[in-house]
Amino acid sequence: MQMPEPDQAAIAARPRLLAGLRAIVPADSVISDTASLGAFESDGLTAYRQRPLATVLPETTDQVAAILRLCQELGVKVVPRGAGTSLSGGALPLADGLLLGMAKFNRVLDIDLENRCAVVQPGVTNLGVTQAVQHLGFYYAPDPSSQIACTIGGNVAENSGGVHCLKYGLTTNNILGVELVLMTGEVVRLGGRHLDAGALDLLGLVCGSEGLLGVITEVTVRILPRPQSQAALLLAFDTVEAAGDCVARVIGAGIIPAGMEMMDRPAIHAAEDFVHAGYPRDAEALLIVEVDGPAGEVAESIAAVEAIAAACGATSARVSGSEEERLAFWAGRKAAFPAVGRISPDYYCMDGTIPRARLGEVLTRMAEMSRRFDLRVANVFHAGDGNLHPLILYDANAPGELERAEDFGSEILRLCVEVGGVLTGEHGVGVEKRDLMGTMFNAADLAHQERMKCAFDPDHRLNPGKMFPELHRCAELGRMHIHRGQMPFPDIPRF
Amino acid sequence: MPGPHLAPRNEDEVRDAVAWAVSERVPLEVRGRGSKAGIGRPVQAGATLDLSGLSGILLYEPEELVLSAAAGTPLAEVQAALDAQAQQLAFEPFQPQALFGAADSGSLGGCLAVNLAGPRRPQAGAARDHFLGARAVSGRGEIFKTGGRVVKNVTGYDLCKLLAGSHGTLAAMTSVTVKVLPRPKKIRSLVLFGQEPAAAGGAMRRAMAAPLDVSAAAWLPAGPAGRCGTDRIAGRGRAATVLRLEGSAVSVAERCDALRRLLDGAGEMEELHSHNSAAFWAGLRDAAPLAEPAARPVWRISLPPSGGPGFLQAAIDGGLLQGGEGFLDWGGGLVWLAVAAGDAGREDAGAAVLRQLLERHGGGHAMLLRGSEALRRAVPVFQPQAAGLAALTERVRAGMDPHGLLNPGRMAHG
Repeated sequence: MQMPEPDQAAIAARPRLLAGLRAIVPADSVISDTASLGAFESDGLTAYRQRPLATVLPETTDQVAAILRLCQELGVKVVPRGAGTSLSGGALPLADGLLLGMAKFNRVLDIDLENRCAVVQPGVTNLGVTQAVQHLGFYYAPDPSSQIACTIGGNVAENSGGVHCLKYGLTTNNILGVELVLMTGEVVRLGGRHLDAGALDLLGLVCGSEGLLGVITEVTVRILPRPQSQAALLLAFDTVEAAGDCVARVIGAGIIPAGMEMMDRPAIHAAEDFVHAGYPRDAEALLIVEVDGPAGEVAESIAAVEAIAAACGATSARVSGSEEERLAFWAGRKAAFPAVGRISPDYYCMDGTIPRARLGEVLTRMAEMSRRFDLRVANVFHAGDGNLHPLILYDANAPGELERAEDFGSEILRLCVEVGGVLTGEHGVGVEKRDLMGTMFNAADLAHQERMKCAFDPDHRLNPGKMFPELHRCAELGRMHIHRGQMPFPDIPRF
Repeated sequence: MPGPHLAPRNEDEVRDAVAWAVSERVPLEVRGRGSKAGIGRPVQAGATLDLSGLSGILLYEPEELVLSAAAGTPLAEVQAALDAQAQQLAFEPFQPQALFGAADSGSLGGCLAVNLAGPRRPQAGAARDHFLGARAVSGRGEIFKTGGRVVKNVTGYDLCKLLAGSHGTLAAMTSVTVKVLPRPKKIRSLVLFGQEPAAAGGAMRRAMAAPLDVSAAAWLPAGPAGRCGTDRIAGRGRAATVLRLEGSAVSVAERCDALRRLLDGAGEMEELHSHNSAAFWAGLRDAAPLAEPAARPVWRISLPPSGGPGFLQAAIDGGLLQGGEGFLDWGGGLVWLAVAAGDAGREDAGAAVLRQLLERHGGGHAMLLRGSEALRRAVPVFQPQAAGLAALTERVRAGMDPHGLLNPGRMAHG
């Protein structure tokens, strides 16, 4: 993975940067010694490491604005970081860049029940938002697996999902507004406590922009009343196809479960060995279907799903009889990543989305790749929305295995695109999938995205080297290649 | 509309048309079926780019919850296809027949371009939230695509969000992909009669804060209630607070009982069942109770739900509604107002007063949805933005349409 060539002038400006930062924030909020910077050299994608020029931990919007202005003046790049849980290297530092840590923005500013929203600082964790409102009977719906650690600011930057997004949407569907600091230090507010934009929907553009457009300093999230009841079904199948068919028929019957998760045999075994959730070891595919809502509706939906599962040849079906049992069903799924971590020194988590109907074909071809690359793969799958998480097992200490795992991963993602899917469903492009963007987008598609970057940060100072395979100068992107044309398609009547 | 009428039949022809406009610097009025051409600031164009020839459903996979269609496909055709599979566009798109006298409900692309969601918006999202992918020709005369055909996708910037609500000012969409959802089996509405705005606001907020999946909450004063098209409400001659529940028969009955208990003591209640209920909400979605007289300007104002009742009451108390009227949707978060046309001293259709009032009730945006051409030229149709944000918005727009050739000025002011 090639990051942009470090700018020697920016590196040379480090003493001025440090002095400038210490004039903006207390001295202990500027981290510059090599040992301490080691803590920031990587995020959740640990295969890539880079020490930043320095790390700064501001705690007010004014400080963030002053820091960005300083960096703009000095020509220093900035990489924003929430909790550093990105699985795509979104917070990977730059050798010539400042790491802007948002951890100190950790306060819940307002809980507004009348408008069913909460205003929080970006460093509040995802689960922290729910914890702040749960005593009032509310919760925040998007729930990425890293929710105890990941921050809401990072969730906005990555447009994070979770297991419940088929019914409740991703981050972009659950936020009302943000305060955003541009690279110039200018502070803009997008949205508020009302719905929709009164002009171009810049909030929708910023959500999922991976820290390339601005630094988020405040987020207004929608909160929802906690469902009256929840129940889950644990279904086992002899084939992945039968499980996939069951998912399609559930949705075809007009049921949108709160969550619908699938695991393949290797994932079932890893999870069962780890947490003893009572998963059937002889199943080829396991499906957890969760429904929520008023009690009568939940009972009705569970019965309907059970009948569909039986018709699809489920070899076992268990309904959670209690909250403990429901959580037990989930325990294995939620522990799937660490469970795989137990059976392999390292694993590499992929994140493509596919049209669900192609699942059988994709898994068959993935098994063939697994043989060819000589690396095991376990699959967990947000089956309702087609978001596939293949976990490639490898050993970073074995020569060549990391490279093989990466090649395997790239081939899986190319396959996702080939069958009509996309490179990333919820983890983001970051550095990881940056060079694969061309499999999904042509040069014109990418240029139209990059021009949005130019509208916010024309000098490419914010998080460069992420998302886009090549850094084009904004002047070059702005050039037009239109020839003086004749009247279009003159063969048809137009007047 | 003077100037050439360009009617491309495919994406390449759209590209050729825009490329020609770029080379000749001819501003284009971009339109689908023209049903909502009366929305936004009037455009001074040298030619019309008519996308209605790009028509037809390209892909519909009900079990994948996804539909793709050429941008000019009639919305009615899309809805008929969805209906046959017991599915729907969950955002309940605004349809312009009542308010604008349009011949039909326009095109799917147009429906996304205006991003005007109906009563289910607080629960289900707007068009933006169901817009998965698009192919389009930008104001640079270049074809590009964004998004995909799967519901979960974070690959690259989400330009669909920008295209939704851009009123054709960024790009001419050629094909679009949307998320579709099951249609509820039953609809039931609980009606409370005789509430004042503040009490109605409280009832709507309690209902929507309860875990009962209330899918719409509206309040109509006696006047608009009398023209809501549903006799069971109109015949009472009183203000009506209406709360909608959707789902299976069992679930709807269970939740309706719970809602009655929750609102016990709030006054006289009545229930509307499926047919009446559907008709009522369709009318509300389109602001049909405010449609006549047709000369009245109509405002659509999004604000925090807690601000809606006070805003409407203040508008009434301030005499703003003399000869006009309004109602609340989105549990108070959306105010519809029809104001008297051309009152002395009210040449701006109340724009200045309304926008000041909006600031005092939590902020948001007030859009002049319906107004004469002269009025839409004189009054900022869209909510004016703070200077920095306005400049950023213009840089974004210029990134897509550097010469300002696509519906130029439609979203601009003055």
